Amino acid sequence: MNPAQSTQGTVKERADVALNNDFLRNAVKFTTERLRSGKQAAATEHGNWEEWRERGRQIRLHTIAHLDYYLNTFVENARKNGVHVHFAPDTAAATDIVMTIARHKQAESVVKSKSMVSEELHINRALELAGIETIESDLGEYIIQLAGEGPSHIVIPAIHKNRYQIAELLSEDAGEELPPDTTILAGYVRRKLREKFLGADIGMTGCNFAIAETGSMVLFENEGNARMVTTLPKTQITLMGMERIIPSWEDLEVMATLLPRSATGQRLTMYMSGITGPKRTADGDGPEEMHIIIVDNGRSEQLGDPEFQELLNCIRCGACLNVCPVYRHIGGHSYGGTYSGPIGAVLTPALNRNVAEWDDIANASSLCGACYEACPVKIPLHDMLVYLRRRKVERGHGNRWESLGMKGFAVLMANSKRLALALKMGRIAQKPVVHDKGITIKMGPLKGWNTYRVAPSMADHSFREHWQELSEETRRTAPPMDAQTRDRMEQILRQRRASGITGGQHE
Amino acid sequence: MKVSLFITCLSDAIYPRVGEAMVRLLAAHGVQLDFPPVQTCCGQPSYNSGYWEETRTAAKTILKAFESSDFVVSPSGSCTYMVHHYPELFKDDPHWLQLAHELEAKTYEFTQFLVQVLGITDVGAHFPYKVTYHPSCHGSRLLGVREEPMTLLSQVRGLELVPLPFAEDCCGFGGTFAVKMSDISGAMVSEKVDHIKETEAQVLVGLDMACLMNIAGNLRHRGEQVRVMHLAELLYEGVGVT
Repeated sequence: MNPAQSTQGTVKERADVALNNDFLRNAVKFTTERLRSGKQAAATEHGNWEEWRERGRQIRLHTIAHLDYYLNTFVENARKNGVHVHFAPDTAAATDIVMTIARHKQAESVVKSKSMVSEELHINRALELAGIETIESDLGEYIIQLAGEGPSHIVIPAIHKNRYQIAELLSEDAGEELPPDTTILAGYVRRKLREKFLGADIGMTGCNFAIAETGSMVLFENEGNARMVTTLPKTQITLMGMERIIPSWEDLEVMATLLPRSATGQRLTMYMSGITGPKRTADGDGPEEMHIIIVDNGRSEQLGDPEFQELLNCIRCGACLNVCPVYRHIGGHSYGGTYSGPIGAVLTPALNRNVAEWDDIANASSLCGACYEACPVKIPLHDMLVYLRRRKVERGHGNRWESLGMKGFAVLMANSKRLALALKMGRIAQKPVVHDKGITIKMGPLKGWNTYRVAPSMADHSFREHWQELSEETRRTAPPMDAQTRDRMEQILRQRRASGITGGQHE
Repeated sequence: MKVSLFITCLSDAIYPRVGEAMVRLLAAHGVQLDFPPVQTCCGQPSYNSGYWEETRTAAKTILKAFESSDFVVSPSGSCTYMVHHYPELFKDDPHWLQLAHELEAKTYEFTQFLVQVLGITDVGAHFPYKVTYHPSCHGSRLLGVREEPMTLLSQVRGLELVPLPFAEDCCGFGGTFAVKMSDISGAMVSEKVDHIKETEAQVLVGLDMACLMNIAGNLRHRGEQVRVMHLAELLYEGVGVT
């Protein structure tokens, strides 16, 4: 496994590896910029983006609130269509189900289309350990599989690699030198995959949406590989997170509007497949046997949690990664889990239920809110990151020094006289290290700060010390308020009183 | 009518000139600010780090300080937005919850107060420089202050406003983030300053001293001569009321 994606160490250590890798940073910047400007353009062109975002959010909120009902409906309908439906509470159970099917079919090879759930379960590893050849057929996934890495982006798994690195990997695979020309490289993979599609015993997919009313599954893709995976092999296994459900095809219209635009800026992906059961007698193609494995793996833990239930609304578009200024500099592997970026920073700890181990990722955010703004279903990820930090503190896993520092902070901020005294003392203490109103020493908490900046010194007098003088000055010089301004202000006060306290933004 | 200044700890300790500019600028429009000296910090450092009990202590000083104010005005979108978290902090405490809702409704960021409350879009400033504007994340994205600063800047005589590429990207401050994840934060602020340099602006203006402190620190570290100002300072200097 590539050291950059190791879950060992801290997020800070993993990020340092990425920060020192210019190839990675340039590749990630290049593609995320393209994706986010594409998304921006698609949203603008759509015209009613905010309204549709709200529609998307409402559909997801409603579905997750009634997930038991819609799951039951989906399962009932899928079974009517002849699908074998399985439930897997965790990774071990899901792997077990897959392996049982594979053994039963005496499968020697599995061909896969892109699936984040399968990455979450590390299903390739399990299949390969059993001697079953497992091939990723999404171009990006094929590349990272060759590299022995996990995806570094939800939608663009090999976003961290440039075409020279990709040419190198594919040349090794081909046993001949391939030029770093994207058409030639894609051509090679296409030829190679054709054989794999034709020879595979099992086709394995993920699921973008599961439609409860008909028991169907829907896949969005651009390469046509998922269509191959779902038509050529005799057996199909679909892995889906239990929250992938939407009630109806009508709801899919909203999702199909939001997902491709948010992910890549496309109005629609090249292929959108709706699959309702295995091959019927009159069908020309399709699998003879179809299995859907519904995976929980920590998802149901979020149900009923007022702070995290909305996590299940995620439609895995990756828009939050593309706008995240932290992701942009450290790439996906720094997050240490299957899911990266802001959604990964919240989802990974939530699904793992292991606050102590995982929540250092929650610190890798400046809480700028770009993720929330980009999210097509408005998940407040920036708030959730704070909730994760708070839960760690509440459960006694906080850093001891930070915890002491915060206690000190509270003591100072409880009383303005203490704060004023601390400011005075700080001013005296800083004297030896201040030069031209700046501090450059790299010690203590200033070490990291001053590696990139010059810290400002405290002012000669604080605002509060100068207040008396300033107040007297303005009292002497200022004109009285004009009647028009006074009227405006009084009207605002009246409106505020009349509307009661709404607590909203001022408009 | 009691209009109180919520100075924020950063402007109090490091940038009193921002508070002074606000006080004088507003006084010139007939608004005598009041300054409750019992105020301390909004509590954002502890809130964002997950120490909510400590945050409540700080929040209570702010709630008490402004209990009798009709309007509260602050030179920071981020600290203003922090007040919007207060109801969540006191959701099980009716007394403080009431005060929290009241404070949320009456607290305005500086440009919100000028434009929305006072209805002022032109302060009569003249500032003949090439200026670029960095919209701070909490102010613009979460509090929704987007139009107000642009309106005010567009009315300043002689000012050439150059758009900042990737303006909406975070500068990398993020409070304790800049200390805990200093290398990531450093990469972010370095990129922000690269974009500022691309504009060839003489002045960088913003609405939040925390972000501006971060950016100014990197500019100085790199020996760049760009002047960094809060919009209140720019407007005040521009009207030349001294």
